[in-house]
Amino acid sequence: MKLAVVVQRYGTAIAGGAELHARHVAEHLSKYAEVEVLTSCARDYVTWRNELPAGRDVVNGLMVRRFPVRHRRSVERFGRLSATVFQQTHSVADELAWLDAEGPTSPGLIEYIRSNRDAYDFFLFWSFRYYQAYYGARAVPDRAVLVPTAEREPAIGVSLFRPLLNGVRGVVYLTPEERDLVNGASGNDSIPSIVAGSGSEVPERVEPGRFRQKYGIEGPFAIYVGRIDQNKGCDELFDFFVRFTRSERSPMQLVLCGNSILPIPDNPRIRHLGFVPDEDKFDGIAASELLVMPSYYESLSIVALEAWATGKPVLANAKCDVLKGQCLRSNAGLFYETWDEFAEALSWFARRPEQARALGANGCAYFRRHYAWPVVEKQYMDLLDDLAREKPSGGGPLSEPLPGWWQRRKLTLPPAEYVLERLPKGPSRRS
Amino acid sequence: MADFNIRSDSVNVEQIMQQIRAKIREKRGVDYTEQQIRELAAVKLERFLDPQKVRSGLLEQFRKGGISPLENYSFEDTTLFESHRAPLRWIRRLLRPILKLQFNPNPLIHVLHMQADINTRQTQYTEISYELLHNLVLETTRLSIEVKNLKMRVESMSSRFDFAERRARALEGIVQYRSEEKTAEAPARGRAPHAQAPQAPPAQPGPSAQAPAPDADQAAGIEARRRRRRRRGRRGGPTSRVPGEGAAAGANGTGDEAVSSGPDDQAPKSGGRDDEGRERAAGTDAPTAPDREDQ
Repeated sequence: MKLAVVVQRYGTAIAGGAELHARHVAEHLSKYAEVEVLTSCARDYVTWRNELPAGRDVVNGLMVRRFPVRHRRSVERFGRLSATVFQQTHSVADELAWLDAEGPTSPGLIEYIRSNRDAYDFFLFWSFRYYQAYYGARAVPDRAVLVPTAEREPAIGVSLFRPLLNGVRGVVYLTPEERDLVNGASGNDSIPSIVAGSGSEVPERVEPGRFRQKYGIEGPFAIYVGRIDQNKGCDELFDFFVRFTRSERSPMQLVLCGNSILPIPDNPRIRHLGFVPDEDKFDGIAASELLVMPSYYESLSIVALEAWATGKPVLANAKCDVLKGQCLRSNAGLFYETWDEFAEALSWFARRPEQARALGANGCAYFRRHYAWPVVEKQYMDLLDDLAREKPSGGGPLSEPLPGWWQRRKLTLPPAEYVLERLPKGPSRRS
Repeated sequence: MADFNIRSDSVNVEQIMQQIRAKIREKRGVDYTEQQIRELAAVKLERFLDPQKVRSGLLEQFRKGGISPLENYSFEDTTLFESHRAPLRWIRRLLRPILKLQFNPNPLIHVLHMQADINTRQTQYTEISYELLHNLVLETTRLSIEVKNLKMRVESMSSRFDFAERRARALEGIVQYRSEEKTAEAPARGRAPHAQAPQAPPAQPGPSAQAPAPDADQAAGIEARRRRRRRRGRRGGPTSRVPGEGAAAGANGTGDEAVSSGPDDQAPKSGGRDDEGRERAAGTDAPTAPDREDQ
């Protein structure tokens, strides 16, 4: 079987969530099939500037074909079109212009997919919201498998993506919450799909003592790993934790690992270590009492999975459906919505170490059951084998041509935010 | 990856979260669910839009989405030329190029189309306004409940603080009393009952008489007086009191506070009733009116 992984950016130095996931999946599937990567020459997702050379490249043993991006993203134009599409009644033409403005607009990549459709058994498209996924899947609908990496954001309410989500051969969701969201937005329940997360390379041995010694940390602590950013809910975490230190007698500290673009509060019980290597990260998680995950929007929190793989419980933001759902399904983490809940949950971890360890053990079992690489690889290959056995039914929604000039300009489409508001919320009860 | 021997089926996240929420409710006293807050807010909204105070039916109008619900229309590029008669429609279509030679109907069509769209948006906007108003009231209700809870907590903490302060004073008094008792016992043992007692230091009016810890001294003084009263009770009761002993109250010029922190505090050092008599004679001991009332 020959597979093409189509993703907006690709490389070992690219650390975006979807791109990293695509790279890991491509590398792991290469054990079972011949895998090639089709991507753009961009490295920066804000400008899509052509930074890497076009043509062939080899990354970790995989063939990568890069195609140039026709134009950089104009932030001003993209912002204006986003406001139109997300907040106003708009037309198909507005949505197409928005998609073009978002990028990475690479007609060469689409042309390559169209002209080499028979060279690959399946094309795996990452991130539904980008140019290459929409036009690439339209070029080869009968061989397209989509990994949407959808989050609760307005892009899911853009009408253009409805035929995309209904027209591909198969869909790979990261979590049940993502599946519910996409099903609600597009009604694509009948499309063959799987929920397969992402495995993680967790070291066999971790040394918590080494971490404590290296960074001079004593006593119990909660750890946060990731970019320290307002978008990740870190401002709320700081507010809650500072209040916690003032009102509770618990000796719990907060250790932050990651680059910061947010000022860190001057509090003796908050330690910021900056960016730490992977070894220290896992040692730090193992040395901690729990991992805190304050993010509001996550399609799949890999660091939470890593904490569970290390046998540590998680305290997550309940406003993120995915995290709350993961905590409930794994029976391995608590969640908070308010400061009271945050303080009580944190105190609970400090007061009941035995039960906290039991939660961590549940997390470890959950990770092994669902997110170990062999499990994820098998899920992908089973789906692809099933799709290879089935004959594609021609004439799906992706085969239909785009509306004509006049129809395209009719202001009939509802604002994407309006659509998003009406989509199902809350953690999924389906496994 | 870590290996575990802990029985992990004994924990249940949902149960733990229920316990945590129950504990929060217990701490905060009255707690409201989201639904209850909504109901409360709804009640407030009705009250806010009281027909007597505002305008009757305002709420209904808000809910309907405007002062008077507009009948909206749809306006497309063909609307101007539509007719239920097919031949007429055909003729109009045939003559359309001639019409377009005389004037350009496109801006008119565009404007009317936009107007229809504006009408739709206006309706949506009114609905959003109602929702916004409702949410604002909801938030205000939530905040007022929170303020109430916080007030209750402040009151509770204040009374706890007062209690803790009183307790601390009492404890300090006991500690001081005991240490004084120990130091007093030693010289008393080696002295004859009628031996000359060391001269009590005269009362010093002003701050130096009260320093260093007036509250603690006061508590210690009260304890000392109580002890003397008990002794008196054993030896003859209230009848043994020297008449007119309250006359010296405030003799040192500082009132009760000075009494409790003055030489009276030293009484246990000389021990016994004779010493008390001497102190009173020196005008430094002044059992106060409350003292008698206590008995």
